[in-house]
Amino acid sequence: MEAVSNAVSLRSVVCLLGRFPALAGVDLRVRRREVVLLSGPNGAGKSTLLRVLAGLLPVHRGEVEVLGADLRSDRRAVRRRLALVGHDTFCYDDLTVAENLRFAARAAGRPARPAPEVLARFGLSGLADVRHGRLSAGQRRRLSLAVAFDRDAELLLLDEPHAGLDDAHRAELDLLIAAAPGEGRTVVLASHELERARALADREVRLEAGVVREPAGAPA
Amino acid sequence: MSLVREALLVAGKDLRIEARSRVTLAQIVPFGGIVVLLFAFALDPARGNLPRVAPGLFWVAVLLAALMALSRSFAVEARNSARDGLRLSGLDGSAVFLGKAMAVAAQLVALETVLGTLVVLLYDVHVSAWSVVLLSAVAATAGLAATGTLFGVLAAGSRRRETLLPLLLLPVVTPVMLGATRAFEAGLEGAPSEAWRWIGLLVLFAVLYLSAGVLAFDALWEEAE
Repeated sequence: MEAVSNAVSLRSVVCLLGRFPALAGVDLRVRRREVVLLSGPNGAGKSTLLRVLAGLLPVHRGEVEVLGADLRSDRRAVRRRLALVGHDTFCYDDLTVAENLRFAARAAGRPARPAPEVLARFGLSGLADVRHGRLSAGQRRRLSLAVAFDRDAELLLLDEPHAGLDDAHRAELDLLIAAAPGEGRTVVLASHELERARALADREVRLEAGVVREPAGAPA
Repeated sequence: MSLVREALLVAGKDLRIEARSRVTLAQIVPFGGIVVLLFAFALDPARGNLPRVAPGLFWVAVLLAALMALSRSFAVEARNSARDGLRLSGLDGSAVFLGKAMAVAAQLVALETVLGTLVVLLYDVHVSAWSVVLLSAVAATAGLAATGTLFGVLAAGSRRRETLLPLLLLPVVTPVMLGATRAFEAGLEGAPSEAWRWIGLLVLFAVLYLSAGVLAFDALWEEAE
């Protein structure tokens, strides 16, 4: 087993989407409380890597340890300790903002928090009773961020989290990401907004064609 | 959180979505009603053969409408990749199965109540043994919901899920159709003793598929894309 100080440890990980190797032998270590930026062109494997870390995609070769546990054997327990913000919101169109938040919290085994606190934090005040299906793209993105940050996850997996947000909410999100290590969280962030993301990250890992090209910073 | 509480959470979520969207009320129940009406027209009530075939027609109408409810149950998970959110939540796959099956069963009960009333009114049917009819309806509903949810997640993993579910499900639920129809016939004719072996078959089927779902759903749910 990897040292406990690693939040993520991948060894020679291969992930096939159909016959296409979306990850073609990735080695990566992320220390706890580290903020790591995944960069690279479209199709490099950034989103695939985040989905592998969340246990949403199977690994065809190699080893994946997340938060000190093997994803294959402890998937359910590991998932309770992480949060993923993906391209989709993972929310239900016919549930309101407050209902989506409450369901996510209760499904994660936590009592639903007072909604106003969470809603205000993500600029969703006044939208508590609005169905997800009627929200704008930016509001949906804020809701998916609210669901993720509300989980108190040890590992935050953020796939283009700034997409669709206005300047004020981008700045607010930057503050939340910057504060994450201090709250004991590890962040793996995929982004094309490199200037902004580099300012938040401790180090950058560049993916190209499913492999790590430039592992910057010191591995564990 | 216990399995039952997780299942109730999922069932409550699905039923709330259905109550909001009103798909069951506005589309599935009317569809079942139209099927019952079409059978009545096709078989000509003047010939007096509707009461004899009413049990079979009722369950065929329920099954066809149930296919819509089952497709809907997994369609809401596909939109916005909500299914991934459910997987990430850490909920037990068995609880997701039981919760979804409970929500489908609740919709089927509502559907059967409306269609049963229509059949009694339109087909000139008289029920002699209500206990037999109700007991067999409960067992058949549990079997349909369990089987449909299990095969629903299998179909959900396919790009052709809308057409695949009926192909997978209809042959498998033949024992439910047979048992429920025979038990209903016995209930209408006032011959409860004839009904027990068919109710036994329905209960066995429901227990079998509920058990299979609890054991297998998690793996199928994780595989579905």
